[in-house]
Amino acid sequence: MLEIKNIYKTFNPGTINEKLALDGLSLTLKEGDFVTVIGGNGAGKSTMLNAVAGTWLVDEGQILIDGIDVTKLPEHKRAAYLGRVFQDPMTGTAATMEIEENLALAKRRGKFRSLRAGITRKEREEYRELLKILDLGLEDRLTSKVGLLSGGQRQALTLLMATLKKPKLLLLDEHTAALDPKTAAKVLDITDRIVNRDHLTTLMITHNMHDAIVHGNRLIMMMEGKIILDIEGEEKKKLTVRNLLDQFEKASGQEFSNDAALLS
Amino acid sequence: MDILSLVNALPGAAAQGLIWGIMAIGVYLTFRILDIADLTVDGTMCTGGAVCIMMLMSGHNIWISMLAATGAGMLAGLATGIFHTVMGIPAILAGILTQLSLYSINLKIMGKANQAVNVNKYDLIVSLRYVKDVPFYQNTILIVAIFIVVLIALLYWFFGTELGCSLRATGCNPNMSRAQGINTDVSKVLGLMLSNGLVALSSALLAQYQGFADVNMGRGAIVIGLAAVIIGEAIFGRIFRNFALRLVSVAIGSILYYLVLQVVIWMGIDTDLLKLLSAIVVAIFLAVPYWKAKYFSKPIKRGGNTNA
Repeated sequence: MLEIKNIYKTFNPGTINEKLALDGLSLTLKEGDFVTVIGGNGAGKSTMLNAVAGTWLVDEGQILIDGIDVTKLPEHKRAAYLGRVFQDPMTGTAATMEIEENLALAKRRGKFRSLRAGITRKEREEYRELLKILDLGLEDRLTSKVGLLSGGQRQALTLLMATLKKPKLLLLDEHTAALDPKTAAKVLDITDRIVNRDHLTTLMITHNMHDAIVHGNRLIMMMEGKIILDIEGEEKKKLTVRNLLDQFEKASGQEFSNDAALLS
Repeated sequence: MDILSLVNALPGAAAQGLIWGIMAIGVYLTFRILDIADLTVDGTMCTGGAVCIMMLMSGHNIWISMLAATGAGMLAGLATGIFHTVMGIPAILAGILTQLSLYSINLKIMGKANQAVNVNKYDLIVSLRYVKDVPFYQNTILIVAIFIVVLIALLYWFFGTELGCSLRATGCNPNMSRAQGINTDVSKVLGLMLSNGLVALSSALLAQYQGFADVNMGRGAIVIGLAAVIIGEAIFGRIFRNFALRLVSVAIGSILYYLVLQVVIWMGIDTDLLKLLSAIVVAIFLAVPYWKAKYFSKPIKRGGNTNA
């Protein structure tokens, strides 16, 4: 479903801040794979997701989504194949627009936007039903401005928007990192339900080792712009945080130094 | 201080305020919806009038002339949009570049700095002679008011369409818009064209109203437009939530601006100082929300809603 072939990306080339963020990274996802991505700060996790999403173009290499070469496609064109949820709850929604208007925008992802009505009565009913599965009471607030919602509500809404038109690939960039633990658990639970319901191919970054182990069928760990650990199937089910750390030390030759990951 | 002379001047001020109201609605589209301060309008506010007057003088129908004026404004917006999106120039600078080039272009359109038309010779829609002592259906205030109502209705419809929604989303959150497949560059260019089209239409009406187009008639237009937007929001912001009503409040803001201006002139202020005063008033009103947030922000409510 997703093929990343040997991609490179250097930020600020030729300056003192030059940083090789992706170093010949390759990754292939099968249809229906739910892959969790872990790694320390600056390992290249978000960079990999942004490369797939087309936030900028990669220096070298090739990216294919469902066999389609998207390497040179601009961000808004790739959006037709992708659903995205960001770390910052402010990023995924339009605050000054209504809940139903945000959903209507997402519903038209990948379609030509004409002078037809921006939202129809039939859609409203559909959205009301969809919002019910979030169990946050949003189905009664269709015309509320999204800016009035809490961070967790906004992330849940963004998740719904990302999956409203079934994407070929769902990209989750630490989408629970900015939430309190209770809310984060709720949003993760909603994520699991939607991904399982629609059998979505998913790439989820998390800084939480426990979450990375519990969710998904495959786990990859990144360091210095490369994948250093790739565990799937039965082997992943048997993982614990402790032996994941041991494997990390073996693969990288250093100790894991991300407190946030260890403490949770 | 003859109160009668003030009363006599008020209908004219209202008419002028209404005409500038169309311009202010254009400014509202870029400033509030697209979140761009577009300085092109200082140039477009002359281009529309120049095109309209010159087409009239060469014998074209008044409606065709106004349509052409609107089209010229849209082209100016397109130029700014291309500077900004294709060439990556910051929006403010892109607007200034177009504005400056329009100064030359406006001179070339008119052939000289000022071109006048005689209201008796041409079939004008609005004029300062049509404010009083004419049948009501010829009254400039009524005609411009109808223009505004029709334009607001059209804009209300447009911003409810798929395309219009994508423009609003672009102004609100460009990252989210791209993630939802919206080409934000196209949205910005469209918004700039729409806005400058409205400004040029307003300019065409203003040139007819005053009977001439002048290369300096747009100077400081952005400040007047912003003043109208801000006055409208300050007075009606809390009660007018609906988009169409917000546009109405901008138009009313523009009328109030011109009425206050008339009163200030009547009180005998040195008219050389008017632009300085306008700039100071706009600066203070723009600062108010910032000061409010900085010095008078209420502490965040603790506890409360634990729902996700």
